[in-house]
Amino acid sequence: MELLNTFALMSNYVFVPALAYGSQLALGALGITLVFGVLRFANFAHGDLMAFGTMGVVLMTYWLQAQGVSIDPLPTALLALPVGIALAVGVSLLIDRTVYRFYRRRRAAPVVYVVASVGVMYVLNGLTRFIIGPDDQRFTDGARFLISAGDFKRMTGLDEGITIKLTQALTVVVAVLMVAALFWFLQKTRTGKAMRAYSDNEDLALLSGISPDRVVAVTWVIAAVLATVAGTLYGLDKSFKPFVYFQLILPMFAAAIVGGIGQPIGAIVGAYIVAFSEVMLTYAYKRALMYMGPEGWGPDGLMQILSTEYKFAISFLILVFVLLVRPTGIFRGKVI
Amino acid sequence: MSALLTRTRLAYLGIILLLLLVGIFQSWSVAMVMINLCLISAVMALGVNIQWGYAGLFSAGTVGFVALGGLAGVLISEAPIPEAWDVGGAGLIYSVAVLAALIAAVLIILTVMKPGTVRRIVLTFVILGGYFTVRYFFDPATEAIEGVNPAGQGFLGGLGLPILISWPVGGLLAALVAWGIGKVALGLRSDYLAIATLGIAEIVIAVIKNEDWLARGVKNVSGLARPMPKEIVLQESPTFIGWVEWLHSGALSTVAGDERIQMLRDYAQQDAGLFVKLIYMLLFTIVLLILFALAQRALNSPWGRMMRAIRDNEVAAEAMGKNVTKRHLQTFILGSAVVGIAGAMLTTLDGQFTPSTYNPLRFTFLVWVMVIVGGSGNNHGSVIGGFLIWFVWVQAEPAGIFMMDMLTFFMAPDNPVRLHLLDAAAQMRPLLMGLVLLLAMRFSPKGILPEPVRTVR
Amino acid sequence: MSYLIGKDMRGGYGGVDILNGCTIAVDKGQIAVVVGPNGAGKSTAMKALFGMLTLRKGSVTLDGRDITTMSPQDRVACDMAFVPQTNNVFAGMTVEENLEMGAYLRQDDFSGTMAEVFDLFPILKEKRRQFAGELSGGQRQQVAVGRALMTQPSVLMLDEPTAGVSPIVMDELFDRVIAIKETGIAVLIVEQNARQALEIADIGYVLVSGENRFTDTGEALMADPEVRQSFLGG
Repeated sequence: MELLNTFALMSNYVFVPALAYGSQLALGALGITLVFGVLRFANFAHGDLMAFGTMGVVLMTYWLQAQGVSIDPLPTALLALPVGIALAVGVSLLIDRTVYRFYRRRRAAPVVYVVASVGVMYVLNGLTRFIIGPDDQRFTDGARFLISAGDFKRMTGLDEGITIKLTQALTVVVAVLMVAALFWFLQKTRTGKAMRAYSDNEDLALLSGISPDRVVAVTWVIAAVLATVAGTLYGLDKSFKPFVYFQLILPMFAAAIVGGIGQPIGAIVGAYIVAFSEVMLTYAYKRALMYMGPEGWGPDGLMQILSTEYKFAISFLILVFVLLVRPTGIFRGKVI
Repeated sequence: MSALLTRTRLAYLGIILLLLLVGIFQSWSVAMVMINLCLISAVMALGVNIQWGYAGLFSAGTVGFVALGGLAGVLISEAPIPEAWDVGGAGLIYSVAVLAALIAAVLIILTVMKPGTVRRIVLTFVILGGYFTVRYFFDPATEAIEGVNPAGQGFLGGLGLPILISWPVGGLLAALVAWGIGKVALGLRSDYLAIATLGIAEIVIAVIKNEDWLARGVKNVSGLARPMPKEIVLQESPTFIGWVEWLHSGALSTVAGDERIQMLRDYAQQDAGLFVKLIYMLLFTIVLLILFALAQRALNSPWGRMMRAIRDNEVAAEAMGKNVTKRHLQTFILGSAVVGIAGAMLTTLDGQFTPSTYNPLRFTFLVWVMVIVGGSGNNHGSVIGGFLIWFVWVQAEPAGIFMMDMLTFFMAPDNPVRLHLLDAAAQMRPLLMGLVLLLAMRFSPKGILPEPVRTVR
Repeated sequence: MSYLIGKDMRGGYGGVDILNGCTIAVDKGQIAVVVGPNGAGKSTAMKALFGMLTLRKGSVTLDGRDITTMSPQDRVACDMAFVPQTNNVFAGMTVEENLEMGAYLRQDDFSGTMAEVFDLFPILKEKRRQFAGELSGGQRQQVAVGRALMTQPSVLMLDEPTAGVSPIVMDELFDRVIAIKETGIAVLIVEQNARQALEIADIGYVLVSGENRFTDTGEALMADPEVRQSFLGG
């Protein structure tokens, strides 16, 4: 019984949140890794692309809500998703056309793209803050819980409940669908294979008649779709705040590099590694240990390894560890 | 070469003119504040130029090194707080000792034991055990320190030394962190340095914000010591008043009695402010000139030549037996140190340490824009970029509001669109700076003052 | 008039000419081999023929049509195929996917061509599901050639196909090249292993300092004492 309570407690505060957060990161990291594989640079603007697309979703959601449109119990944001996606895709293609294509034609060094992407990051950041403002936006509606703590306790008779928010369940389902669709696309379709070929060996892809502009455009479309979906799910789960999205690039980079940059499967594995490390290392284990120990005993402190202010340090430490031990990442990505 | 020289002179002339205009149309006090911040910006740009212009290294964490310089300001100049040391000093020292022992133990295990599962398990336990032991001493100690007079102190204080010492120390602190991060991230792909520096900057700032025992975190440390007397002291000083009397003797001679005393007091007040700013200006100019001279010398030395060779063709340089990674590490450390010095200067000028002001837009991105717009690889360019972009930055917000006002003049004052736009004008800065960078990179990649073309002799 | 002609080609990188007016031509159903000492501009000449080097002077014609300024991608669409010396497979993709990528521009059903490639290189059929990066050097060359054949080219250009493979594999590869030629394709090979390559050549070019030194049938070049002395090691 005590063990089951511990298990329930850990599931509630560690497993479920980490799974949802990991899925959101995975969608984001996939975009980073695809851009890296095809365009060969670390795209610093990805977090702000997420914010930009999500902003479209948030504004559309507000409009739909004002019109009285609802798909209760599901959040209205799902209906608004296409608008945000269209916005993010449009802006990505526009940016590629006006910024990156120029450097591609001149075969600029990767670091030039990185600097340009930082410029793009601030442009997108400025646009987002200009349009929707820098403040927190809560746009979640519909049912809150799939399983509430009370339901769970009644069902199992345990002292500890497991809460599964609808947004968390939705995150996992959508992420699985998106990832499945992406892998099908990359493995089975002609365009997807061309993308992999281009990422694998750019010169040979050109010799095979694969058009770089087309591959690059498709990559941006996919990255923008993934970014908007990831951003929307993150926003539904927590809230939408532009600055937080900017900060998400560090865990997303960490995820992509840990998994092996340019490797889609690596980005997913990396995302869960980062998410679980972050949640597990910042969780206060006091209650869990109390269940494990003898009756009436409890540790003095919170038994928290790192305070939540340092959760970004965890991504960083994982990153440093991987760079030191195995710079190619788990799935042997590209390294120059 | 001579065309570039003319260009350089014109650029400096333009900047001087711009600042004179500010002095004439706004006020001399505003102009001097601007000049001081321009000087600091120029030093920062010089540091980033050493990294980017000399070696092509992209660091996305300049803000972290600025913050480290600022931290040095507190740690050097604040008086030590004996009560804090009494309650927590021992605990802190123990935790540092345990940490050192832990690192030693890990290194010993790594060398003595063979790689494998056993080693991994042992390492995990040693690290976890060591970590909790550190925390066992560290947590109560810091809690006790933060409990000492929390409203005004609650930290260890500093060394109580003159704040000017913090300038080189800030540089050293930044260099130390740069060494660590460079060791990890250099020698891999160029993007990794950018990502790693972004991370270290976020961590440095998180530590500074959250570790109250160190420098009071977001509660700020204000009233830092100054390298010169305060305005209030100056106004009372007979010597200073004597100077003021001499300076304004013409105006003062037109009045007499109480009126004259009042006028003298006003002048003293006004001049004290200007005098302090002037002293800062002199100090900053001296630092800029020294660093500039050093940077120029380095650039024109065989070392600088080698750095350019590496930047322009890493593969060839490596093939010629140059240790590219080592050179990159050197440059990265030097550049970061210069940024650290600028960070300490900024905190000195502000007279306070406010961690919440360290945001990447202001201290990483803006400096980047300065270097690229000014002309990467050209130290004069960095100085010009530092001055010019700081000027644009300061003027961007009022200009944005003015523009929005003009754009929406036909709308009713309470029109929601107009209100939103006016409100959002404050967010113009990132947009504007991003656009400036992208446009500069695209249409003027060499910047205002391009890197001099050096012919092979 | 040959099918593919690079006439009086001059050009190089960064202002320094590597090609000083060399002429290379190959006809359908023919193997042309370009040999010469290191730095003679052999690979550069081939790159120029494929549009990967902008010519300062001279012209390239394909079937009588001037293609001097055409981009490499457009030449692929004109049924020219090129196998680079290194990095010539998609290492992270399967053998089958490599071949599919070769047929990227084709809208029709290419399963017939793939079957032909598998007939030509039976080992590839066996290893079709393996990643190309995991194959041996010789097998990788077969993938590379197979990928190039997937476009059903009229010209196949091979840049030192035997670099780094064993003599047995080299012989086998040259056998395959003869089989390819017999299907009516024009084959152009740049080779370091001059002797073996000239054995299968219908026409051979000996380049020195970016100029034609000797041009004749492979057999005749092999018989020429001067060529033997200077370029074939006696």
